[in-house]
Amino acid sequence: MNGLLGPPELEALRLSLAVATRSVLFSLPLAVLAAWVLARVRLPGRWLLDALVHLPLVLPPVAVGYVLLLLFGARGALGGWLHAHFGIQLAFTTAGAALATAVITFPLMVRAIRLSVENIDRGLEDAARTLGAGALDRFLSVTLPLMLPGVLAGAVLAFAAGLGEFGAVITFAANIPGVTRTLPLALYTAMQSPSGDALALRLALLSFALGLLGVLAAELLVRRVRHLIGRP
Amino acid sequence: MLQVSVIRRRPQFSLEASFAAPAPGVIALFGRSGSGKTTLVNLIAGLLAPDSGMIRLGSDTLTDTEAGLSVPAQQRRIGYVFQDGRLFPHLTVAANLRYGLKRARQAPRIIGFEEVVALLGLERLLARRPYQLSGGEVQRVALGRALLAQPRLLLLDEPLASVDLPRREEVLPYLEALRDRLAIPMVYVSHQFEEVVRLATYLVLLEGGRVLAQGTLGEMSLRPELQAIVGPDMVGAVLDGSVTRVDAENGTTDLAVGAGTLQVSLRGAPLGARVRLQVLARDVILALQPVQGLSVRNALPGTVTRVTSDEFGALVTMDVGGAAVLARITHAALAALQLKPGDAAWTLFKAVSTRGRAFAFPAGGRAAGDPAR
Repeated sequence: MNGLLGPPELEALRLSLAVATRSVLFSLPLAVLAAWVLARVRLPGRWLLDALVHLPLVLPPVAVGYVLLLLFGARGALGGWLHAHFGIQLAFTTAGAALATAVITFPLMVRAIRLSVENIDRGLEDAARTLGAGALDRFLSVTLPLMLPGVLAGAVLAFAAGLGEFGAVITFAANIPGVTRTLPLALYTAMQSPSGDALALRLALLSFALGLLGVLAAELLVRRVRHLIGRP
Repeated sequence: MLQVSVIRRRPQFSLEASFAAPAPGVIALFGRSGSGKTTLVNLIAGLLAPDSGMIRLGSDTLTDTEAGLSVPAQQRRIGYVFQDGRLFPHLTVAANLRYGLKRARQAPRIIGFEEVVALLGLERLLARRPYQLSGGEVQRVALGRALLAQPRLLLLDEPLASVDLPRREEVLPYLEALRDRLAIPMVYVSHQFEEVVRLATYLVLLEGGRVLAQGTLGEMSLRPELQAIVGPDMVGAVLDGSVTRVDAENGTTDLAVGAGTLQVSLRGAPLGARVRLQVLARDVILALQPVQGLSVRNALPGTVTRVTSDEFGALVTMDVGGAAVLARITHAALAALQLKPGDAAWTLFKAVSTRGRAFAFPAGGRAAGDPAR
């Protein structure tokens, strides 16, 4: 074997990284907001929001992809509007793969962030109040920095999981080489091909290594940041 | 003047409290745990809202439910030192101190950064993180942080509760310095009577969410309601006097209290300095005739104003030249002396058993001794 990674592996790796990165960037602000609302705001319909956020965790990813296709497909309500007004097409594109990945990894991210919000001593926010900080000021100067370990853990975890999302991506964005054929899709394709055994094995090993790296990085990062915010 | 009249009813606890206390000064909210002290302080800070009532500081109304008025906590300019410090863990000590300062640019400047650092001895701590501080240091930083927000009123909710007993001396002298040098009114919550005697000018006694009694510390030290809470050992008159003679050789100081003169063990208070002392009732001896040949340094003629009896014996209130002193004697002694209001008697107590401390409030008088020692 000349070189561990050939062009098909590199292509899949590049796509997986691109999709996971975009999906994290896309969902992070929303996840921070959702986590904060779920942890702090006493809304009457909060259980509904809670259920909605967690839905992708229990739904078959293929079903999520299908719903996305109905919504954002060329003839979908949102898809048609986006295309008409902004010329944006999501279905069968790399951006679409990122959207599908974002929806699937959203609950994972929210859970990690929410936990860190619930761990913040609310007394610190009261202290900030008596020191003259209004609501937004308190959130930016006290709550958000203290949430940081959770935000980072959620982001890294969602990124690692996003590298391998299969069902929602293949349903919504299809399996297009160079566009949406990420690592798991490439692995699946290799397995379907009679001569793809070696490629499939290398892709599987690569996925395994990436996953391990992601989980370790998350742990390391969280420790560093916890120290940074004074929680040794 | 701080005026508070609030009602807040909750299933677990109801508070119905009114008091009006002179400010500046140190207003002590004193009572057992669960008497409503912290709730009351949170209402003043604006962190809790009353069901009904009003809170007024000077001529400013902070809360008035009838007028539908409630100034948000972040606009009240009321400093708050919490029991547990609540320093921001992600910021250094310096950044913690500056947190309120940065947000108080519009406020009239009371005290500056360098001044607070010097006053509270924080020079060596500025670069540290809160987790690297001792309990006493945490509270000093919390105090500095609250001061730098340029407050009109400072709330201190048992600031020493989470500080080890011997370490409290790392904080108490700074609180005394604050009272004597800055004219910021303070509300001091405590269930330690020693702290109250050291710091307070006015006392509000709380029990079960209600105000049992209120008044200056001298008046309140004679009240039976207070005696029930502090216990028989801590009962004693609190007197404020000023130094008239210093005997450095013997380590004693003469104090003018009321119309009389008391001699107490006290070093370091210069002539003219104001001093507070507590004469514990159990240290006071009563005699029907002047007594000779005793080591007791204070023997003052006085008049009995009140006699009460309880399970620990009799408590006699004496008017000694305009100052009131309490004496605890046994039932048998009371029977033998046959004391009743209006009777004349001699009040004796040792110079060494009175606790005198510099207490230079209101400011303007000379500070006695070095508050940071």
